[in-house]
Amino acid sequence: MDNRIAAVSMRNIKKVFGTVQANDGVNLDIYRGEILSLLGENGSGKTTLMNMLSGIYYPDEGQIYIDGNPVTISSPYEAFTYGIGMIHQHFKLVDVFTAAENIVLGLKEPGGLDLAKASEKIRQICDNYGFDVDPNQKVYNMSVSQKQTVEIVKVLYRGADILILDEPTAVLTPQEVDKLFAVLRNMREDGKAIVIITHKLHEVEELSDRVAVLRKGRFIGDMITKETNAQEMTNMMVGHEVKLNIERPEPQNVKPRIRVDGLRVRSRDGILKLDDVSFTAYAGEILGVAGISGCGQKELLESIAGLKRVRSGTITYINDDGTEEDITGRNPVDIAAKGVALSFVPEDRLGMGLVANMDITDNMMLRSFRKGRSVFTDQKTPKELAQKVVDELDVKTSGLSTPVSRLSGGNVQKILVGREISSSPTVLLSAYVVRGLDINSSYTIYDLINQQKKNGVAVIYVGEDLDVLLELCDRILVLCGGKVSGIVDGPTADKRQIGMMMTRLGGETSDEQ
Amino acid sequence: MSSNNKTAIKNKEPFFHITKRKHMEWYQSWTVRILAIILALVICAVITSITTGLDPVSVYGTMFKGAFGTQRKIWILGKEVAILLCVSLALTPAFRMKFWNLGGEGQVLIGALVTATCMIYLKSLPQPLLIVVMLVTSVAAGAVWAGIPAFFKAKWDTNETLFTLMMNYVAIQLVAYFVIVWEVPKGSGNVGIINQNEMQGWLPVIGDYKYLLNILIIAGVTIAMHIYLKYSKHGYEISVVGESYSTARYVGIRVGRIILRTLLLSGAVCGLAGFLMVAGTDHTITTTLAGGRGFLGVMVAWLAHFSPGGMILSSFLLGFLERGASEISAMYQLNQSFGDILTGIILFFIIGSEFFIHYKLSFRKKAGKEGEE
Repeated sequence: MDNRIAAVSMRNIKKVFGTVQANDGVNLDIYRGEILSLLGENGSGKTTLMNMLSGIYYPDEGQIYIDGNPVTISSPYEAFTYGIGMIHQHFKLVDVFTAAENIVLGLKEPGGLDLAKASEKIRQICDNYGFDVDPNQKVYNMSVSQKQTVEIVKVLYRGADILILDEPTAVLTPQEVDKLFAVLRNMREDGKAIVIITHKLHEVEELSDRVAVLRKGRFIGDMITKETNAQEMTNMMVGHEVKLNIERPEPQNVKPRIRVDGLRVRSRDGILKLDDVSFTAYAGEILGVAGISGCGQKELLESIAGLKRVRSGTITYINDDGTEEDITGRNPVDIAAKGVALSFVPEDRLGMGLVANMDITDNMMLRSFRKGRSVFTDQKTPKELAQKVVDELDVKTSGLSTPVSRLSGGNVQKILVGREISSSPTVLLSAYVVRGLDINSSYTIYDLINQQKKNGVAVIYVGEDLDVLLELCDRILVLCGGKVSGIVDGPTADKRQIGMMMTRLGGETSDEQ
Repeated sequence: MSSNNKTAIKNKEPFFHITKRKHMEWYQSWTVRILAIILALVICAVITSITTGLDPVSVYGTMFKGAFGTQRKIWILGKEVAILLCVSLALTPAFRMKFWNLGGEGQVLIGALVTATCMIYLKSLPQPLLIVVMLVTSVAAGAVWAGIPAFFKAKWDTNETLFTLMMNYVAIQLVAYFVIVWEVPKGSGNVGIINQNEMQGWLPVIGDYKYLLNILIIAGVTIAMHIYLKYSKHGYEISVVGESYSTARYVGIRVGRIILRTLLLSGAVCGLAGFLMVAGTDHTITTTLAGGRGFLGVMVAWLAHFSPGGMILSSFLLGFLERGASEISAMYQLNQSFGDILTGIILFFIIGSEFFIHYKLSFRKKAGKEGEE
């Protein structure tokens, strides 16, 4: 292993987008028979770097070598001729085609459309590495994990021996992650070079042989995974010392605040998204909501916030003095008029929570612009609020009149959360609040949420990172296919158990499937 | 994956690529626009001298004279610009909401038709009352004409572009029908000047300036529209709905209601434009009264990025080009199309310059030499 030649060497790679230096003089080596983690925060340039390797972008400067030869890769097709294949975060599959059809799609070799032969070859690949793919299954019938498998097989089918996976575990349950890691290890044994892009440290530790860290577009260093630890990697990623544990203050003054009873919600196409959901959220605690994506989390929050039509069931708000308000099926203005201070940080920040092309001040008045009898909007109060949020949450912006779409993800979220908590809510609904945020911003948000909890707010926190849910929440409600699979106690819950509950109601069968 | 395959593909580096600009200072963007106009004038000059053999400088002079040559021409230009601006202003609230109202033509015509109806059948009313009735009914008619597609959009999410476009043809046919009912003399296909002798329902003239009242009214509409869009709660709701329906619902804005309300306003101002044309200046009605302003107004509004202030400039530019082009055709006895060609080239450059304001072309740097040894 000493004098091995790098399968890929990237030397002094630079890439600029507008005024953003996405990659600045990056050097990276990728070896066969090894799994490399490319670690970095959001916006550190990991994906950009790999996109240049897979021919989607072209570097402004620098040189790529494959097996020691200088090469130019100017399209994904050319990347394939060098054996480079990338599995993107967003799958690129045709829904109405079968797995086999998707796999041969776009192949230029003669006989490429012989599906029987293709299926045979697909089975062979699957047997080799332990994949589980039915070549004749249509993509729209597949789970997220199956779609990902098809993407990987597609790349292998084309003869790739350098595989890049962009955040492959983001959408998988813990059990699916185990399966994925197992096949990746098999591929490593087969001598393939594997790169996974990630920002989750425990994955780096569990899977990879070597880890390379990027920060703000620069290459910080690479290490043998066994010789480093989470704290050191974090420090390299962030650039300074950060503490890695999330606070969980003991809930104070807990009392019922929102009671959901037998809630049933259908999507616009009539599909049942929530089925007989009942639970109570308490003031002064954080109720986590876990589940595979699309299992009704969005519908749950939107029906409480008054944005979804409720088919049956009730949503009741309980005042401090024990009196109750029925807020089922009310729109947000009516709910506010009943004196219920409900805040909602939706998943789609720029498409729902904020108006992307409006400036910070105008976004501040989204909730409050109706106040007062005047036909004109009050411009002064929102401006003061904007200034306050920018100062208190340390938002990086060139001014209050900057459109929010020009801010970075973390700053956008600070604006949104800042506005939502500025109205001193009694209920705070939040969906994927730290998605796409860097570590510092994430911790700022956790602190804000904990602060709300201490103020006696009932927080409902929909999350995707189970580790965070386990550390932050007092109780965790697990959804499975629109039903409540169970509610577990945060401090004592077990990750695997929650994973089981996510895939199967109740999660009681603990055997291997 | 043989190694000669690997060396075969080399240095096919793209020659340039396009990136989005972050921001451009106002003086930079205006420099780009002015450069575009200069370039357009140069190209027009070349085409003029090649195709007609005329001296481009004198052609431009004629164009200028056509628009500003005499006091009368300046007034006509003012009248044309004002009415075009009025239609564009009418479309703006809808466009800000991303409701593509292409029915300006029909909404103007229907306002005009109702105005003419009042002038013909209600001429016995006292003059001030008649004018008030004309104003109210024509504005209402324009509002209804835009309200119908808005209602369908709000209720069943129909395609507003097609719907408003089709409403134009209905309006044109209605006008065509009434022109035949009212034609004087019979068989002429013309309504002629309505109430020529008594001038019932004609808007008053300020001093000797028969177009001044229209211009003043439209100036007022411009200011009102600017304030409405920028400072009112309605204007804020329009912007939110235009950006995202789900954001609007998220804060409890009833999207359907805003669509309907905004289109009623949009149609009402179109109806006002029709009223001003019939009662204020033309005193007659034809199927071509709107004269494509419903569509030209779309361009005026887009060019100004839907800002009423900018629309004063862009409607002036389009009005000037149109007057100038027709003067060229008349003076040199050229086909009308020649003027249109010049106008087209100039507009192409002005609109094209927006691309360079928002995007940047980066050319290949001299760095890709590694593969040559």
